[in-house]
Order: sequence, then structure tokens, then C-alpha cells
Amino acid sequence: MLSITGVHTFYGSIEALRGVDLEVKAGDIVSLIGANGAGKSTLLMTVCGKPRAARGRIVFDGEDITAKPTHEIIASGIAQSPEGRRIFPRMSVLENLQIGATTADSAYFDRDLERVYDLFPILKERSNQRGGTLSGGEQQMLAIGRALMSRPRLLLLDEPSLGLAPKVVQQIFKTIKEINEEQGVTVFLVEQNAYHALKLAHRAYVMVTGRISLSGTGSDLLANPEVRAAYLEGGH
Amino acid sequence: MEYFLQQLINGLTLGAIYGLIAIGYTMVYGIIGMINFAHGEIYMIGAFIALIAFLVLGILGITWLPLALLLVLLAAMVFTAFYGWTLERIAYRPLRGSPRLAALISAIGMSIFLQNYVQLLQGARVKPLQPVIPGGVVLMEGAISVRFNYIQMMIIATTVVLMAIFSLIIAKTAMGRAQRACQQDQTMSALVGINVDRTISMTFVIGATLAAVAGMMVTLYYGVIDFFIGFLAGIKAFTAAVVGGIGSLPGAMLGGLLIGLIEVFWSAYFTIEYKDVAAFSILILVLMFRPTGLLGKPEIEKV
Repeated sequence: MLSITGVHTFYGSIEALRGVDLEVKAGDIVSLIGANGAGKSTLLMTVCGKPRAARGRIVFDGEDITAKPTHEIIASGIAQSPEGRRIFPRMSVLENLQIGATTADSAYFDRDLERVYDLFPILKERSNQRGGTLSGGEQQMLAIGRALMSRPRLLLLDEPSLGLAPKVVQQIFKTIKEINEEQGVTVFLVEQNAYHALKLAHRAYVMVTGRISLSGTGSDLLANPEVRAAYLEGGH
Repeated sequence: MEYFLQQLINGLTLGAIYGLIAIGYTMVYGIIGMINFAHGEIYMIGAFIALIAFLVLGILGITWLPLALLLVLLAAMVFTAFYGWTLERIAYRPLRGSPRLAALISAIGMSIFLQNYVQLLQGARVKPLQPVIPGGVVLMEGAISVRFNYIQMMIIATTVVLMAIFSLIIAKTAMGRAQRACQQDQTMSALVGINVDRTISMTFVIGATLAAVAGMMVTLYYGVIDFFIGFLAGIKAFTAAVVGGIGSLPGAMLGGLLIGLIEVFWSAYFTIEYKDVAAFSILILVLMFRPTGLLGKPEIEKV
């Protein structure tokens, strides 16, 4: 569904991605783990054209999207819940969800809204509250809900567990699984919480300083001694 | 008392015009963080297009006033919107992502260019227009009668209606939501599928449309325009936007009203020569005690 080949991305003169190859198959949950600053978020943003890949190719559903404008990439069926959540702070929860549906057919709006409210009932309670006043966990739910409102075929999630209480983390991962299994949305997940991310993943990649260093099924990587030493034991 | 009332009416009229222009400054600042110093010239062009439209209608023999006014209004809005759109396209969009100073210099350059462009095409002399909407209502007879002219009524009513429509568009429509989204976070706006460039273009178009209405009103109100009217009106409206709190739409309306009233009352009770000084002194005072303007919010958000 999404295939990334030899992608290089720069921030000014800093090379954040140094030739990334990665494949996301339709229907899968694919996890990408790695340390802070490895380039995981940059990869997700590059898929959406912000910033644009300097070299390499990104193909989504057979179509080369490397040079497409961001809003067209989104319209073609990709949605992202980005790093830091980036809720529109001075808009209500409902407006944030409405804006998430920018590229969706408005005929589905009521149904999609209901679906998001079913996944995250707290958002329904808070629907008139400003996005900026939500707690971290609620903002995360809103960010995921907003992404779902565009009816994506591929959902990019950047660190959905960051800064959340363990109980909320459990809930978020459970919901991601639900979105994948029940709604058939392919998920590409970037996480520092390696244990959860690998457990959930059909396929997983490890990124080190702008390159993919390891890949395999989620359970392969969970059992891999290198991965265990670097990302799972001590702290996690 | 009569004198005061008369000045109040005059002040509200002038304030309405400033408010209409100020919205263009505040919207553009809200969305791309730059002061569009050519906005005053866009207003001036709106006034010229209105004047030309009146003359053309006169030649065509369309003299039924409501129809003529409507046609002039539409012509001014459409053509001026086109100027606003073009301005953004050629002077600001290529500079997107460059330092603010570059865009600012480009804005000042466009301002000078547009002044000279109109001067070259229309000549430097003052252009008169015969009174189109004469007459008015005398509210109070006396040594000093209080007159509420029809043209003043029209200016205030049109402004109120336009601002109401405009506020609704921003608050309720998908386009308004996209505008607000781009003000808050452009990268995220693109990530939800908003065409950010088009939204910015629309901002210039809306700002120019409102400035065109202001330009038409001024042409009708004063009956004389020239290529240089955009400069002072632009700076006044910019002042209004800053006094109200730049980036805030109700702030621009309030600021416009305030600057109009201050200017008129100062001229009426003190010296007319110093009316501009009074208007700009208010700017300094407001900025000293409320640096974000009257209705501006500090940029701190709980996230």
C-alpha cells in the first residue's frame, strides 16, 4: 500500500533521513521504533510532503506521491496524527473533528462523527470545549479522531502514547487495534513505547540515525536480543 | 449637545470605513504574520474602480439609483478582489518561507508601485464625482441642526451588514474554519487536507473586497479621490487594527470605530490640523498599557 524507497530528507543542511526503505502492506499495523531523534517523525512527515523528500520515492496505492502537495496526499487517503498532537487550540472539539473531515465526502459526516464518539466517548462530552483546554490524553484521542474523520485508508500515528498515564496508554493501543481490525484501516505507527508497539504490529522496523537497521514481524523483533537490549530492557 | 451628536454621526461614518479596511490588515496578519502595507492602495484602487464604474453607468444611461449603486458595488468588489489576489500571487507567495523582512519590503514596494500605477493611468489630479446620494434627515432643528445624511446611513448600514455576514462566514462555514485553522497551525492545516495556499489567497480576496466597499463609500461620501488616498487611510486602518488587537476581527471593527471617533471629535473640539496626531497618539497609549491591543489575546495557550 505504501512503499518508501531510498528516501533522504534534509532539515537545512542536516540529513535527517539517510536512505529509508520501508513497506506498509494493506490491512497491517506496521510499527516503527527507535530512539529520540532517529528520524521517525521526519519519516511520517515526509510521507505527507512536509518536508519533501530530497531523494527517493514514496508510492501510495501505486501512485507516486513524492512530489504531490500535502493537501492532495491527504485527499488521496492518508491521515496523520502528528507529533505533539497539534490540536487546533482555539477551536472546539467538534470544530477540530469537522476540520478533520475537510477532504471527506460530507454525506458521511454524521456517521463518522458518531463512530469517533463511540471510540472516544469523552470527546462527545467535551464537544463544545476548546481543544487547547483538553488534557493530554484527551488531546491524543482528539488527534486520532480528527485523523479518522477524513476516512483514511492509511493512518499515520506519531507517538500516540507519549506523556500519557499507563491506563490511558492501554486504552489508546486497544483502540488502535480496533480501528485496524474492525474498520480495516491500515496503521503505520511510530513509537518509543517499543513493547506495546511491537506487540501490536504485524510488521515492525527499527530506525537508527536516519536508516532502517532491522525489520521483521512484531514478534520477531520482540524476541530479538539486540532489540531487547536497546529498547525493551531497563526503563521499559 | 447637538454639536456632539452631529460629530458622533460623522465619527461613526468614518469609523465604519476604517473598520472595513482594518479587517484586511488583521486577517492577513493573522494568517501569514505580515503587515500587508499595500492594503491601503488596494482600497484606493477600489475607490477608483467605483468612480470609473459610476462614469461608465452614466454613459450607459443607467441612472436608477439602487441598481446603479448595486452594480458599482459589485464591480468594485470583483475587480478589487482580483487586484488583491494578484498582489498576493506575485508579491508575497514567492516569498513564503523567507524572512519577514523580505515580505515587508515587497509590501512597501507594491504600495509604491500601485500608487504610481494609478497615477500614471489616471493622472495625478484630484478626481471629483458629483453627489450621487444627496439629502438626509434632520434629527434635531436648532442653531446647529443635527443632520443624518442618507449617504452616512448607507455607509453605516452597509458596514454593519457586511461585518455581520463576514463574521458568520468566519465562524460557521468550512472556508471560515479553514481560515482559522491556517491562523493557528499551517502545517497541521495542510495535514488535514486544507489547501493552505488557496486559503491565503482567499484571505487577500476577502480583505480586498471589504476594502473595495470602503473605497466606494469614500468616493460617494467625499466626492473626491486621488491616487494618494490609500496612504493615510491605510496607515489609519492599520492603526485601528493594532489598537483593536492585530489578528482579532472584532478588534479591527472596534479599533476602526475608535480611530474614526477620535479623529472626528479631536477635529471638532480641538484643532483639525492635529487630528492625525490624535489618532496615532491613541495607538501609542494603547500599546503602552495593552501591548496586544484592546481585544488581542496574549500568545500564550495552554497546550
